Amino acid sequence: MSFNIQKIRNDFPILSREVNGHPLVYLDNAATSQKPKQVIDAIVDYYSNYNANIHRGVHTLSQEATDAYEAARKKLQEHFNAKYLHEIIFTAGTTHGINLVANGFAEILKKDDEVIVSAMEHHSNIVPWQMLCEKTGAVLKVIPMNEEGELILSEYEKLLSNKTKLVFVNHISNALGTINPIEKIIQKAHEYNAAVLIDGAQSCSHIKPDLQKLDVDFYVTSAHKMCGPTGVGILYMKESWGKKLPPYQGGGEMIAEVTFEKTTYAVLPHKFEAGTPNICGGIAFGAAIDYLNNIGFEAIVKHEDQLLKYATEQLLAIPGLTIYGTGQAKTSVVSFNIEGIHPYDIGTIVDKLGIAVRTGHHCAQPIMDFYKIPGTVRASFAFYNTVEEVDALVKAVQKAKMMLS
Amino acid sequence: MTIEEIQEELIDEFSMFDDWMQRYEYMIDLGKSLPLIDESLKTDDKLIKGCQSKVWLHSEMKDDKVVFTADSDAVITKGIIAVLIRVFSNQKPQAILDANTNFIDEIGLKEHLSPTRANGLVSMIKQMKMYALAYQTQVKN
Repeated sequence: MSFNIQKIRNDFPILSREVNGHPLVYLDNAATSQKPKQVIDAIVDYYSNYNANIHRGVHTLSQEATDAYEAARKKLQEHFNAKYLHEIIFTAGTTHGINLVANGFAEILKKDDEVIVSAMEHHSNIVPWQMLCEKTGAVLKVIPMNEEGELILSEYEKLLSNKTKLVFVNHISNALGTINPIEKIIQKAHEYNAAVLIDGAQSCSHIKPDLQKLDVDFYVTSAHKMCGPTGVGILYMKESWGKKLPPYQGGGEMIAEVTFEKTTYAVLPHKFEAGTPNICGGIAFGAAIDYLNNIGFEAIVKHEDQLLKYATEQLLAIPGLTIYGTGQAKTSVVSFNIEGIHPYDIGTIVDKLGIAVRTGHHCAQPIMDFYKIPGTVRASFAFYNTVEEVDALVKAVQKAKMMLS
Repeated sequence: MTIEEIQEELIDEFSMFDDWMQRYEYMIDLGKSLPLIDESLKTDDKLIKGCQSKVWLHSEMKDDKVVFTADSDAVITKGIIAVLIRVFSNQKPQAILDANTNFIDEIGLKEHLSPTRANGLVSMIKQMKMYALAYQTQVKN
């Protein structure tokens, strides 16, 4: 399919609305993506035509809902190239997936074991591991980053040892847009038999990870960053880990047999899917995957790279503007500040001009501490954004600068 | 001047502007004339929670009136505090407690009033009223 930006934009109803009397320019895609009508239709279709609880009912609706939900799992398996269908576990999102794994490792880790996390993690990939270390007596080590916002791999290698049991790194930094060299990170960790969890919350709207090729142990992501609904995501868990880790929550769906003496757990993936899941969310996630694949990730990345390059050039032309995250491998995120102006002030003015950007620490305070700044203004682009929208952003930032300095 | 009179005055001043840009520029200018908080008082316990930018608010009793001083690292926030200080500073505690804040809507800053808005205008007003309440309790005792 050829990349027809206008046709794509027409798929997203929200893109035609106005904000503060201006056409909406939505540049907060790293926080959440907008939804195409194909996904919205899937949600309406589910609740209008075959809403039922799954996996248990013998009636037709239940069977239809189960089939659609499991078909979505199959789509996700194929999309991420997981070896087995049961390695795809539906979650409430990335944070849920991380906590599920952290909870499992609470049973495995011993005092003085080491876990490694990167300096550019989202709080959701720091806090659960800190809690885990407090609980088990394991030690948390941090891979440092350089001024460009890239992880220093030589330092990472020094941190690895036979004590290392787990490594957690995000695929792409939400605050800086840096694409981390996860292939090398996984390979090096495996040399010490350490497991690796990759946080793919930011990556999966830009990159189609091949999980078998990566040989990763755990990979987590959220549907809402990839044109799907909020409240649903997946945890990929290698089969061997799926058998090893204890269940996270008890309840319906996750059991094989229950008596008051003993409960035996269901097989994968149901062992980790207690309770009635977000059925509609899972089905809509499948619709989102179809939508993205129909456009094609190559075309998506090509367009986003053009926007990134153009935005970077145009923004840097504004005197006093600094971009944070200037690494070689980068996705379509521009995190910046203007000298002497608080990011919050810029965000407020550009919002009045209809432009949605994120300001603040982006739930990555350690990065802000590294650069000694209170936060940044972050513009993050998706495949449905245009060059004209970049121009609108640049013009708005110039106006803000004029008003604020 | 009473709180109501100051509010009327502000509504009058802001009504001169045709668009939001002029209003914001005026507010930013008001921020520049803010009676600044003493540097030594910019401590963490003076920070107002719930703001994306830093806001320090200090209060003291002079005669029978509450005097506020404040500062922020963001200029729009500073402008908002300047407006609030003009309204609430140098007033008796009971008058601060009794005052409503409808004028904020009328001067075109309503969007900042949402409790979920990260600038914490609501937190600022709450904090000022908390101080007033504390002084009021002292007066009674």
